[in-house]
Amino acid sequence: MGVEANKTILLVDDDIDYLFQIKFQLERFGFKVVTAESQKEAEQLLANLKPDLAILDLMMENDDSGFILSYKMKKKYPDVPIIIATAVSSETGMSFGISSEEERKWIRADLYLEKGIRPEQLHKDILKLLNL
Amino acid sequence: MEALDVLVVDDEPGIRSGVLRILRNFTVSYPFMDDDISFNVIEAATGEEALEHIKKSPPAIVLLDNKLPGIQGVEVLEFINNNQLDILVMMITSYASLELAVKATTIGAYDFVPKPFTPQELKSSMENITKHYFLRRMTRKMHKEGKQVRFQFLSVLSHELKAPLNAIEGYLNIMQDKQMGPNVAAYDEMIDRSLSRVKSMRTMIMDLLDLTHIESGKKKRELRELDLCLVAKSAMDTMMPLAIQRDVTMQLAADDGCTYFADSDEMVIIFNNLISNAVKYNATGGTVTCTIAQSENQVVIRVADTGIGIDEADVPKLFHEFSRIKNAKTREVTGSGLGLSIVKRLVSMYNGRIEVDSKVGQGSTFSIYLPVSSSGLPDVSSQ
Repeated sequence: MGVEANKTILLVDDDIDYLFQIKFQLERFGFKVVTAESQKEAEQLLANLKPDLAILDLMMENDDSGFILSYKMKKKYPDVPIIIATAVSSETGMSFGISSEEERKWIRADLYLEKGIRPEQLHKDILKLLNL
Repeated sequence: MEALDVLVVDDEPGIRSGVLRILRNFTVSYPFMDDDISFNVIEAATGEEALEHIKKSPPAIVLLDNKLPGIQGVEVLEFINNNQLDILVMMITSYASLELAVKATTIGAYDFVPKPFTPQELKSSMENITKHYFLRRMTRKMHKEGKQVRFQFLSVLSHELKAPLNAIEGYLNIMQDKQMGPNVAAYDEMIDRSLSRVKSMRTMIMDLLDLTHIESGKKKRELRELDLCLVAKSAMDTMMPLAIQRDVTMQLAADDGCTYFADSDEMVIIFNNLISNAVKYNATGGTVTCTIAQSENQVVIRVADTGIGIDEADVPKLFHEFSRIKNAKTREVTGSGLGLSIVKRLVSMYNGRIEVDSKVGQGSTFSIYLPVSSSGLPDVSSQ
C-alpha cells in the first residue's frame, strides 16, 4: 500500500465528466475520493467529514462558488490544503490568483490548477501539499 | 520586436551568466501578439544592488534568489509589493528551500523555478511569466478602453468551450492508455459521454453564430409579413425527434392568420429556442403548448411546458449570457446557456418584452409580447 491509502480527497465539480475522470485518476493513485457536485452538496458533506485535501472547481452554482467554498473550508479546517481547479485560464486575462494583496485577503487556496493538467502532475502536486 | 528587461538577482555568478546565456537568443511569441518578445538581461549580485536597479528603472520581470549575502530576496519582493510596482517576480531557489519559495508565491511572487534548472525549464517558466505580463498589461489597457464587458464575455466563452474539450480529452487519454483494461466494452460509457459533450459544443457554436450575427448588426434584416404559425410548426418539427424520445407532446393553438412583420431568421431563432427549452426541461410524458394570439396592438407568443419549473431565485439569472440553472434536475440537460439571452435580445429589437411565469415541479410559461404600431406595421427599432 502506498502512502495514499489512508488519505481522503474531497473533489467538488459540477462537470460530471471531470468529476468521473479525476476521481478515477485519484483512485488509481490509491487515494480515497469523496465527490460532490455543487458547493451546497460539498458544504453538507463537510459538516461531518474532514478530508485530507480538497480539489474545488471554481465556477459551479455561481461564478465564485469555489472561492466561497474554499473560504468556508479554511475557516472550519485551516490545516486542510485546498486546490482550486479551473478552466478559466490566464490566457483569457481573467486570471484569478493570489498575486494581488486584495485577492490574497480573501482567497484562501493553496494552489491554482488549470484543468487539463496531466494526472501525474496532479499527483505530484497533491503529494507536495500533503507533505508526503 | 519588443524586449523586456529581466533582472537576475543571485550571488552566484554562474547562475547569472547561465540565465544570460539561455535568454540571449530566446524569444517568445503568442498568437494574440503581433511581435515576438525578447529579453534583455540585467544582473545584480545582491539584494541592495537589485533595489538600486528597480528604483532607477523598473524591469518587467525579476528572477530572484532568496539566499543573498545582505538583505534577503523576500525583502526585495516586499519592496516591489509595497510600492505596487508593475513587476512580476519569479523566485529561483535551491530544492532545499522549496518550501520558502512556495511561501514566497503566497506573498506575491508569481512563480518559482528550482535550481539547478535546465535551459528548457527556465525557458518554459519565462514563457509563462511573459504571457502573464502581457495579459496583465492588456487587461489594464482594456479596462481603460471600456472593453471589459466584451472581454469578460470572451473569458466566460472560453471557459464554456474549454470545459467540454477537457472532458473529451480526458476520456481519450484514459482510452489511449487503456486504463480501464483491454475490454473494449468498458469504454462504452466514456464514448457516449464524449459524443454528448461534442453535441453540446456544437449547439453552443451554433448559438454563438446567432449571437454574433445579432451583435455585429452586419446581417441584413429582411422584414416581411410572416406567418408565425408556420414558423412555430417548423420549430416543432425540428424538435420532434427529441420530443418523441422524451415522450413529450407538442401542440399549437393559434389564431388564424397570425402574421407579423419581421425578419424570418430572427423569428425562427426565437421559436426554436423557446420550444427546444420547453421539450428539454419537460418531464417524461409532458406537454408543450405554444399559443399565438393577435390583438390590435400586439402579438403574444406563449410557450408553456409541464416540466421541472424554475426556482424563483433563479429567474433573474435566466436571461444572462451563459447562465445555466444548475441543479440535480438540470444536470442531464445540455445547453449553451445562450438561448434565452439571444431570445431576449431579439425581442428587444422589436421593442417587445419577454416574461416568465414558473412553478417548481409544475412547469414554466414564457410569454413574448411583440407590439404592432398603430400604422398597422410593427414597431421595429432600427438598431
